[in-house]
Amino acid sequence: MSFSDIAANRGMRDTDMTDEELRERLTRTWATKAGIWGALTTVDHKVIGRRYVVTAFVFLLLAGVLAIIMRLQLAQPNGRLLTPELYNQLFTMHGTTMMFLFAVPVMEAFAVYLVPLMVGTRNIAFPRLNAFSYYVYLLGGLMIWVAFALNLAPDVGWFAYAPLTETSYSPTKGVDFWAQMITFTEVAALAVSAEIIVTVFKQRAPGMSLDRIPLFVWSQLVTAFMVMFAMPAVMIASSMLIMDRLIGTHFFTPEQGGDALLWQHLFWFFGHPEVYIIFMPATGMVSEIVTTFSRRPAFGYMLLVLALLSVGFFAFGLWVHHMFVTGLPQLGASFFTASSMLIAVPNGVQIFCWIATLWGGRPVFKTPLLYIIGFIVVFVVGGLTGVMLASVPLDTQVHDSYFVVAHFHYVLVGGAVFPLLGAIYYWFPKFTGRMLGERLGQWQFALLFIGFNLTFFPMHILGLAGMPRRVYTYSEASGWGGMNLLATTGALILLLSFALLVWNIVSSLRSDEPAPDNPWDAPTLEWATSSPPPPHNFDRIPVVSSRYPLWSDPETLPVVSGLAVDTRELVLSTITEARADVLDTSPLDSIWPLLAAIATGIGFVASIFTPWAVVWGSALVGIFLIGWFWPKGTAEDEI
Amino acid sequence: MKTKVVADISGLDKHGFGPRLPTFWGTLGFMSLEGMGFVLGAGSFLYLGWHTPTWSAGAPPQELLWPTLFTAILVLSLIPNFIVTKLAQAQDNDRLKPLMVLMSVIGLAAVAVRGYEFTQLNIGWYTNAYGSLLWVLLGLHTTHLVTDLVDTIVLTVLFFTKHCPTRRFSDADENAMYWNFVVIAWLPLYVLLYWVPRLGGG
Amino acid sequence: MQLRGSAKALGDALAVLLVLVLPGCTPPLALDPQTPQGRAVAGLIWWFTGLCTVIWILVLLGLAFAIWRPRLVPADPLALDQRAERRSGRVVAVLIGLTGVIVIGLTVLSFAAQRQLFEPADGALTIDIVGHQWWWEVVYNSPDSSQTLTTANEIHVPVGRPVTLDLTSNDVIHSFWVPSLMGKADLIPGRHNDLTFTAEKPGIYNGSCAEFCGMQHAHMGIRVIAETPSDFEAWRRQQLRSAAPPASESAKRGEALFESSACAFCHNVSGTPASGQVGPDLTHLASRSSLAAGTLPFGRGQLAAWIADPQGIKPGAQMPDVRLAPDQLNAMLDYLMGLK
Repeated sequence: MSFSDIAANRGMRDTDMTDEELRERLTRTWATKAGIWGALTTVDHKVIGRRYVVTAFVFLLLAGVLAIIMRLQLAQPNGRLLTPELYNQLFTMHGTTMMFLFAVPVMEAFAVYLVPLMVGTRNIAFPRLNAFSYYVYLLGGLMIWVAFALNLAPDVGWFAYAPLTETSYSPTKGVDFWAQMITFTEVAALAVSAEIIVTVFKQRAPGMSLDRIPLFVWSQLVTAFMVMFAMPAVMIASSMLIMDRLIGTHFFTPEQGGDALLWQHLFWFFGHPEVYIIFMPATGMVSEIVTTFSRRPAFGYMLLVLALLSVGFFAFGLWVHHMFVTGLPQLGASFFTASSMLIAVPNGVQIFCWIATLWGGRPVFKTPLLYIIGFIVVFVVGGLTGVMLASVPLDTQVHDSYFVVAHFHYVLVGGAVFPLLGAIYYWFPKFTGRMLGERLGQWQFALLFIGFNLTFFPMHILGLAGMPRRVYTYSEASGWGGMNLLATTGALILLLSFALLVWNIVSSLRSDEPAPDNPWDAPTLEWATSSPPPPHNFDRIPVVSSRYPLWSDPETLPVVSGLAVDTRELVLSTITEARADVLDTSPLDSIWPLLAAIATGIGFVASIFTPWAVVWGSALVGIFLIGWFWPKGTAEDEI
Repeated sequence: MKTKVVADISGLDKHGFGPRLPTFWGTLGFMSLEGMGFVLGAGSFLYLGWHTPTWSAGAPPQELLWPTLFTAILVLSLIPNFIVTKLAQAQDNDRLKPLMVLMSVIGLAAVAVRGYEFTQLNIGWYTNAYGSLLWVLLGLHTTHLVTDLVDTIVLTVLFFTKHCPTRRFSDADENAMYWNFVVIAWLPLYVLLYWVPRLGGG
Repeated sequence: MQLRGSAKALGDALAVLLVLVLPGCTPPLALDPQTPQGRAVAGLIWWFTGLCTVIWILVLLGLAFAIWRPRLVPADPLALDQRAERRSGRVVAVLIGLTGVIVIGLTVLSFAAQRQLFEPADGALTIDIVGHQWWWEVVYNSPDSSQTLTTANEIHVPVGRPVTLDLTSNDVIHSFWVPSLMGKADLIPGRHNDLTFTAEKPGIYNGSCAEFCGMQHAHMGIRVIAETPSDFEAWRRQQLRSAAPPASESAKRGEALFESSACAFCHNVSGTPASGQVGPDLTHLASRSSLAAGTLPFGRGQLAAWIADPQGIKPGAQMPDVRLAPDQLNAMLDYLMGLK
């Protein structure tokens, strides 16, 4: 078959078509079908991305409520609100949910929604895999929370140190659910990272060469690579753990040649990059928001990209600083002190570049920028306490104390949640076609800032005063009561702040006032299409000739023509120059991803109860995957 | 926003091979993350071996015959696999078909030998950490082997039952690439699991 | 020495500041160390905190000025003033360089403290600590087994002599942390870690398990009692003795009850048939100052409460509920209170 035949078989092309007809035909080709069937079969990255965001936020609220309950228990000495069993389940579920079901997925969610729009393509690469990943993530989250509701929650902390997690010390199924939840969410994360890498590599709009990629997209690209090399470690670790528990292997039992520290090495080889997997997309958000609201190009674009790359690389050389008190050889520990300190340099580079951007621009104080300023104030504290923790002697005092609890909340809430909320205010009009309330946003910011610092700053001092983390209660004699009460007060203010956010979102969604396409006068491609975007994202694929296409020409967008309108077709481009290269098809909606995800879920959950489920579960998933990939005779499949 | 058409790209290729396609990069991505899994598994093997020098004590060295036969099959399969790559890229349907059958047969033979290899291990996964890692690394590799075999068989069936658009040739091309990965990933594992414990003296 | 001196000066200055800011607060334990090792770390904490605070304030000043500085308003976001850009570039380059220098400086400080902290001590007294869910087994080993003594949850040490703790665990990972003495080290099954400190003045120093170790992680307190060498020697001799024989009829009944019930399966009382190795050694129970790893202060009433309802006081503890009639409990208390 010659190429011209193929072109004909993919149906009509958009050349010389009027804008109205083009939009109507493309909408018909790309739209998610109405009704429940449409909802279950859709592969539109925007629909999946929105679900990802909402699901992750639900988990954030759930885990937040757990935190509030824990703070109430700790508000005064000898608290009687919770039993130790329940408290231990709460902090495990809080950490696990925040890390695996909120922070990583929400950043992926933003990538799934925004990256295809920002690089100017019609759908994410491997859209069915994308749908599958969402369902797997959802099932994993549901599984662990249902287990919690049935009083089968894990109670060993989010990093689940062996041998406490071995059957001898944790005989209930909680740890197995925890280990399989890891498998679920890591499968989902790995799938998304493959999609993001390929979308950025192959689907950029013509002309978007490497040095014109938006910084948010760069950050998601580096993050995706980090996921690819970090997540296998925790999957291996959790698989070893569940095998120790279910079929009697001996990876972590010292009596039979295993080693308790093997768990820690594998876990933190993932766990430290994990922090950057959460933080790095947030820096991408910061770069976009700072640029837009400073009304000028980001200062030091190249420097920022280099910082991302070097952080991504060095993040894999730091994991041992989580293990400074496990008795490792001093020389080895010293190496990790030096590497952990040095990563402060690229992070400093980013901070300096953002401040220089604000300096050389003319800042517009809309809500998103407030969160970014709050981010710098708070995150720098977390970064500096991170430098403290990198020192072996200093770490021996503060390790596993409330000082560390304070530190990582300054890093993760300050470094990721502040920018994330800024991003919510920034991209909400694109996601929903409605603006969030500015005034409510400012109030929310003020409460967040005050509540956050009130909750977590005292914890630094509590740690130095000897309060270990993960204690369900403490004695009056410890003298920790006052600071804890302060922290609890702060937590309640935080709760109020999030209540305002929910209120703001609900009232915005109920208003009738549509958001403009580009309410902030932002420079990147996602603002070149309508709010919310049509199913096919862009009527015509943009051509990019600068880093800030919408600032280069605010009136007219250069585009290409010649794509099919009756078949889902998109432009593949070359990796470095993004020269338009191939017109490829993009898969149709399908129920198979959901079915395969359910089969995967059944296999994972069943394997908690019988190891044979691994065998028949794999066969089941295999059958569904064959169904998924079996050609259905449509243009998208065949030509 | 107003738009202005600056180029018509309807004349671009509608298909390609290798790095021009997303699936190539997707396959490469999965190969890297799975490769990372192998590296970490092998790292755990060396770590525990170093931490407990006597960890395989009590277990005599593993038999070499079957794993070596398995390795030979895998290495030799690289030749027909290379031809598959060339024929797929040439879109030569007639000559590709028998080779796909051959690759399926080779895959089945490899799985059969691997199955026998498992029965010849002289230590249980439940005996000690050495046994656990031996079984798990072998199992991890077998999973990859079986996955690619199933994919090869499904593709072969497609070549015989459905008409053969260009897309199927690039599928065969990428499947062959993945087979190379399965073979190459095995070679260091073979040395690690069967030779290092002999050379290391325990 | 000079480094330490200036660290102390800086520390004192900051401590004064902290006291002004937080009226009525005593300094946190880690910043009020009682050993040279603890002081080395505290000095380091002060240095890092001081420098980091200064950096943080400078960053915020830069941020504030970047936001509020007066400026000309170019209309086109892409029209950059190249001269201003180059100037910013130079400033950023200098700042990056400074960051590097500060980070290297802090690394060197850290290495210096690390050497000081982990240098091997001559003539140290070695004490073996074994972690259990949820208590500490304390063994003063001696080549002469008659000189070996075992106790629990309280460590007596002589002042002025380095003490090295040999740490391991019998079950899960624990971590030994007495913040006013020095930093922590983990107790890991299958491994041995050590921790050295030199108490300088007599006193009682409290600490706890710092690594989450299961349900009662919160109630795994440890107490270090530093004494003059002569007091320590007296204590040691007293602990080496076998258990005091029961002094009253009631105590005798208590002993019989102890030996015939579940108690003896888990607890050891030297010189009696009770030789269980699962729970804490009770030979000199009544000489200790706390119960159930710091859960309760030691006293007859608390001991009665603990025996009557261990699962109410420390849910999940290995100590089972033992049903005793009131007179049996009384006899048991008479016996145990006599184990000085």
